[in-house]
Amino acid sequence: MAETVNIQVDHITRVEGHGNIVLRARDGHIEKLEWQVPEAPRFFEAMVKGRSWQDIQTVVSRICGICSVSHSLAALKAVEAAFGMEIPPQMQRLRLLCHYGEQLESHSLHLGYLVAPDLLGQKSVLPLIESHPDLVRAVMKAHSTGNRWMEVIGGRMTHPVRLKVGGFTKLPTEEELVSLRTLLEECLPALEVMADALHDLADRLPDFRRETEYVALVRPGEYTFYEGHIGSTDTEETVPPAQFEKVANEYVSPQSTAKWARWHRESYMVGALARFNLNGEYLLPRAAATASKLGLEKGNCNPYWNNIAQMVECVQVVEDGIRLIDALLEEGLDEQSRTVPVTPRDGEGAAAVEAPRGILFHRYRFDSRGFCIGANMCIPTNQNHANIQKDFEKLVPEILDRDQEEIRLMLEMLVRAYDPCISCSTHYLDVTFV
Amino acid sequence: MGKPRVAIFDFACCEGCQLQIANLDEDLLNLIELVEPVEWREAMSEKAGQIDVAIVEGSITRAEDEQRLKEIRQRAEILMALGSCATHGGVNKLRNRVPLEEAQRIVYGASAGMPHLQSGQVKAVHEVVPVDLKIYGCPIEITEFSRIIRELAAGRTPFVPNYPVCVECKLRENVCRYEYNEICLGPVTRAGCNARCPSNGMWCFGCRGPVDHPNINAAYDVMAKYGKTVEDLVGKLELFCSGEERIRG
Repeated sequence: MAETVNIQVDHITRVEGHGNIVLRARDGHIEKLEWQVPEAPRFFEAMVKGRSWQDIQTVVSRICGICSVSHSLAALKAVEAAFGMEIPPQMQRLRLLCHYGEQLESHSLHLGYLVAPDLLGQKSVLPLIESHPDLVRAVMKAHSTGNRWMEVIGGRMTHPVRLKVGGFTKLPTEEELVSLRTLLEECLPALEVMADALHDLADRLPDFRRETEYVALVRPGEYTFYEGHIGSTDTEETVPPAQFEKVANEYVSPQSTAKWARWHRESYMVGALARFNLNGEYLLPRAAATASKLGLEKGNCNPYWNNIAQMVECVQVVEDGIRLIDALLEEGLDEQSRTVPVTPRDGEGAAAVEAPRGILFHRYRFDSRGFCIGANMCIPTNQNHANIQKDFEKLVPEILDRDQEEIRLMLEMLVRAYDPCISCSTHYLDVTFV
Repeated sequence: MGKPRVAIFDFACCEGCQLQIANLDEDLLNLIELVEPVEWREAMSEKAGQIDVAIVEGSITRAEDEQRLKEIRQRAEILMALGSCATHGGVNKLRNRVPLEEAQRIVYGASAGMPHLQSGQVKAVHEVVPVDLKIYGCPIEITEFSRIIRELAAGRTPFVPNYPVCVECKLRENVCRYEYNEICLGPVTRAGCNARCPSNGMWCFGCRGPVDHPNINAAYDVMAKYGKTVEDLVGKLELFCSGEERIRG
């Protein structure tokens, strides 16, 4: 056993944003073990204050490049709630379709470009281009399909243009939907290649378990990403999005520019594994088959398996995406319902959606002219920070007798498994409404 | 000469512009035939020494980040600012409108005084170190990025448009957004996006910043014709920090 373990990973690589891992141990005694978030604060909640309702989505989309559709949708739903608006069901389905594109894009990027190198003993995806060309091609296929998908529905692959308060600025043509459907069909074999590779490599995911609370949107009969109430594996009670502060009790940690959160326990986990643990029985057939092939079962409490749940969700969103497109083509896109008129009013609204890395909450308050006078955004990665720290505290004593490099890799892989989006998670939270 | 050594660095931003680089997918394989990626925290674990092209994304907000940027400048032959946050400050600069103490209080409440939450005024990259080349947009357009990297690899000076978005918008035969009673920044904003937003039913937000010599008088005429005021225009320009002072003249 190493007498002294000294690990300091500054700005961990292959994650979105900046995070540090610090571990100092001597003679089997842990002196310091911290997951730190030093990302530069950006103060989004201060940035939207005083801006018109028309600009909110444009600004908050820029919280995160990789979850810009999720931030956009959370903002639109919250603004529409504040103004008491009802969006036609077809436009809601079209938004969900766009949201699915982001899930596929984000998960495949994470699995293929950020996680696969760990499982294959490489430092980046670049060597895999030579060593595993079929896998890399499959990842690129899935990733570019997700991007094209968001572009067809949202007008751009990052920071959507067409999603606006009231509906859409422009609808896709039926021809575009038909070719998107073809793309999704063609993507299924690529997802199979990825799932097979993950199946073969799953034993390289550390065998670690820690029971925790899982939190995600729930809606009866549905594996939901876009609508529903807030659910938890610790309780039958669900909470409407308008009361999200009941769930995400945020506090400032001295280790972090981002905030931490707790609900029924010291920490909880959000993301693909949380969604699966709460809604797994509602997966569509192909996705359910992928889960069972990979050995993912409800109640899984190995955080490394968040990656497996992401793989299952890639199949789920493509499968449901095809179903949604078929329904839209069958009923025909209704240009009349593309957008509903907006009447700003003095009011407050909150909303929740599932970003790829977990449940996301936005709240805004407006004056009578529709200018923003208060905002609060609660980001999935923030909700996970405390859970990462708790995982560290259980994991490290179990592996402290291993080689320092191995410990470092296992800690890095654990952080990566959460797919943290750290630039997202800093700079918000806990706004005092003024 | 070998392939140019390229590194990507990120500062305060959404990291959507380096995501666009990953979004090149198959084309990324072509580009790495031409240049050698040697450091890219979001995608690689390696760290490099001297580099030919440093691509810098994000705004600079803290003294420690200014220091890191200066070190990058010393290591790099060519320094490229990538995306609005780097070229102008982008949406981050909205925060400069609010006194820092107030921004901290709004976001972090009673905990605002904790030392790691300190942050200075938001700066664009050229406000800290000399910048050799800018790729505009929020986010950048991947086709433009790909072309500029190819031009650099070939030893040419990359072409960057210096005419307004209206030129591209007219070529796409879009109906002018002013006809919809909207305020569009197309008349003063640098082209290169192929008028993406107006072509998707939205006004131009000015994310690419103003052309070098915007025709302010013509913009005033457009505003007058459609019954809008200069204040309306300035309010829009603020969003991406795209040259409010130049428009006011």
